[in-house]
Amino acid sequence: MSTTAQIKTTTGPQPQVISSAKGDELTGSQAVLEACIAEGVTTIFGYPGGAIMPIYDALYDYNDKLKHILVRHEQGGIHAAQGYARASDNVGVVFATSGPGATNLVTGLADAMIDSTPVVAITGQVFAHLLGTDAFQETDVVNITTPVTKWNYQVTDATEIPAVLAKAFYIARSGRPGPVLIDITKNAQVQKFRYEGYTPCNHVRSYRPKPIVRKEYIEEAARLINAAEKPFVVFGQGVILGKAEKEFKTFIEKAGIPAAWTILGLSALPTDHPLNVGMLGMHGNYGPNVMTNECDVLIAVGMRFDDRVTGRLDKYAKQAKVIHLDIDPSEIDKNVKATVGVWGDCKETLPMLTKLVEAKVYPQWVEKFRACDAEENKEVIFEELHPSTEKMTMGEVMRILNELTGGDAVIVTDVGQHQMVACRYAKFNQSKSNITSGGLGTMGFGLPAAIGAKFGAPDRTVIAIIGDGGMQMTIQELGTIMQTGVDVKILILNNEFLGMVRQWQQLFNDRRYSFVDIVSPDFVMVAKGYGIAGNKVTDRSGLKAALQAMLDHKGSYLLEVMVGKENNVFPMVPQGCSVSEVRLK
Amino acid sequence: MTKQEFTITVYTENHIGLLVRIATMFSRRKINIESLNTSPSEAEGIHRFTIVIHETEEVVRKLARQIEKQVEVLKAYYNNNEEIVWQELALYKVPTDEIAEKVKVERLLREYGARAVVIRKDYTIFETSGHREETDRLVEVLAPYGLIEFVRSARVAIIKQSKGFHEKLKEFEQAEPGEELVENEYLDKQDEVFSM
Repeated sequence: MSTTAQIKTTTGPQPQVISSAKGDELTGSQAVLEACIAEGVTTIFGYPGGAIMPIYDALYDYNDKLKHILVRHEQGGIHAAQGYARASDNVGVVFATSGPGATNLVTGLADAMIDSTPVVAITGQVFAHLLGTDAFQETDVVNITTPVTKWNYQVTDATEIPAVLAKAFYIARSGRPGPVLIDITKNAQVQKFRYEGYTPCNHVRSYRPKPIVRKEYIEEAARLINAAEKPFVVFGQGVILGKAEKEFKTFIEKAGIPAAWTILGLSALPTDHPLNVGMLGMHGNYGPNVMTNECDVLIAVGMRFDDRVTGRLDKYAKQAKVIHLDIDPSEIDKNVKATVGVWGDCKETLPMLTKLVEAKVYPQWVEKFRACDAEENKEVIFEELHPSTEKMTMGEVMRILNELTGGDAVIVTDVGQHQMVACRYAKFNQSKSNITSGGLGTMGFGLPAAIGAKFGAPDRTVIAIIGDGGMQMTIQELGTIMQTGVDVKILILNNEFLGMVRQWQQLFNDRRYSFVDIVSPDFVMVAKGYGIAGNKVTDRSGLKAALQAMLDHKGSYLLEVMVGKENNVFPMVPQGCSVSEVRLK
Repeated sequence: MTKQEFTITVYTENHIGLLVRIATMFSRRKINIESLNTSPSEAEGIHRFTIVIHETEEVVRKLARQIEKQVEVLKAYYNNNEEIVWQELALYKVPTDEIAEKVKVERLLREYGARAVVIRKDYTIFETSGHREETDRLVEVLAPYGLIEFVRSARVAIIKQSKGFHEKLKEFEQAEPGEELVENEYLDKQDEVFSM
């Protein structure tokens, strides 16, 4: 059924072999693609249009080196590039045309900005002489995207292209990563110039990707840790972005400190590690939330104290001395005042800290977390994973999925209740396995991000877990799956509601269910229309076999599981409450 | 913490679009910019923004770090009014006949440090520089004589403690910064705000 995205050379002219030696004459478009190749890019997500046609024309000749994935909407393109970047170690690249093509990227740029994802977006732009004339499909993309990009730039002259793209890739991936947008006017794309080769960028004078590590702060931090009786580590995506999973594990193991993760830190530490005490924040585990307000030293590693993690700030860890390790100096003291701020790449700072901390264990302290676990298990988890209700729960789906995958799959989630449940209960053995829209909370992220993740980690099983609401936001990307034949398992947890909003309306708005009863199409039939196999499970007895069939299926598969309509995600730290006021029901 | 006047001095590359990037740092947080000036700096090719806002020190400190985080910003400093020397320039256009008849021009020039820039038959333009109170006072004085136009520039400020940006720039230009490039002011207690 599936076809590849390769250009059909049988019906059109043969692609030409482009010589890109130093001194050759290249067009700006060719220089863009040469830059991508030099940066190790193999996969580009994109959608053509008028103002980016010269680049697409050049792509015709680079088809053997650059795989272009034709998405169905530019938002899908950038989310796929994000998923690709997060599942691999590469920068995600997305092409879009001017005007609507570029504005459709904005949500993904904002998502990549807040979740620190390395993405380079290249947009076409009208001819330079038309800038500011309200030309067809002209939008001021650079100004629109300024607040949601780490850096952006408009190219109007082809000779700038090699250096600008080198800078773009360097900025996107270095330091705290983020999205970079390069807007290229059509005249620069067609302009021919003498190519001087490609020089990767490794220094921009006004940009310091990593602050200098100062030993005195490491020493001060180690002193606090060594004197602590109830130390607690909270970690985020910084550990993954810094490729410091090993360094992190060594640190907590030597220091014997229990560690809890933010939603983006998930999978940096294996689920079954004895010091992994669970998830922080609004729908995190009971122990980590309560113990935040009991620990005496709080060690934050590569996380930014988001309000969904901290709850009410003036009642957050006030009793504790706070050590904050972060590569981004502006994060230190931003939300939580640090007693000691350790600026730097945690790949460097963690080993320095490990060297200075004493090898210790805190059996009584860790036991307190386990006692909380027992209570949470009794009040929430057991019933969620082994429900006595007739209707299935999202938690039991995750439990069986864990049994079948063993924790080796890449789990991509959308946003909402299923996201919280998936992150709470999914088992992970290795890093870069959890891909979710954490900071921006972008519904519609899941399906395209999963497509990108599969291209980024082709040898791994990629499972997109999506709600009935989010699925309908980017459902058109089923077309991308159809055309590319990419193998993505789509697991829809359908509660026939916009569940998270419904939960809040139940708890805080007196059950006034205002516009949350979303109606869905027959997802299995929709998938069938796209040539994707599928199944729907409404009964517990068929669940395990259906999940197994999904995993065993060669190629993409959509499984819709009907779950209880009015199930809630607990524990919950209600908005405006302290983490220690976490509710179990 | 109480709000007070702070002057933020930002050293940047001279690139198109940077003004927007810096301005959005303030507008995003709903902070009003009282005055904004862009100019060259003492270091060649380096631009200098001087921005005045009325905020608490905590907000200003966080803002300065967010500004400094921008790729094309080299350094952002913030100072209260005791730590800087500053001036604003003001221009006043008044009818020449009124002024000649009713006001003693020499007295004005002396008293307010004003200088006549243009004297024509129909109008005269004075110029003063100084703090806001001084320029405001001259407006009051001139108002009864039919002040035709008044304009005041943004603040320009020199940081008392600063040793200039030349040495700092050399540090930035090196691929591997030396120890002198103090990036972490955390334990420096900010005793010298300009921690070069």
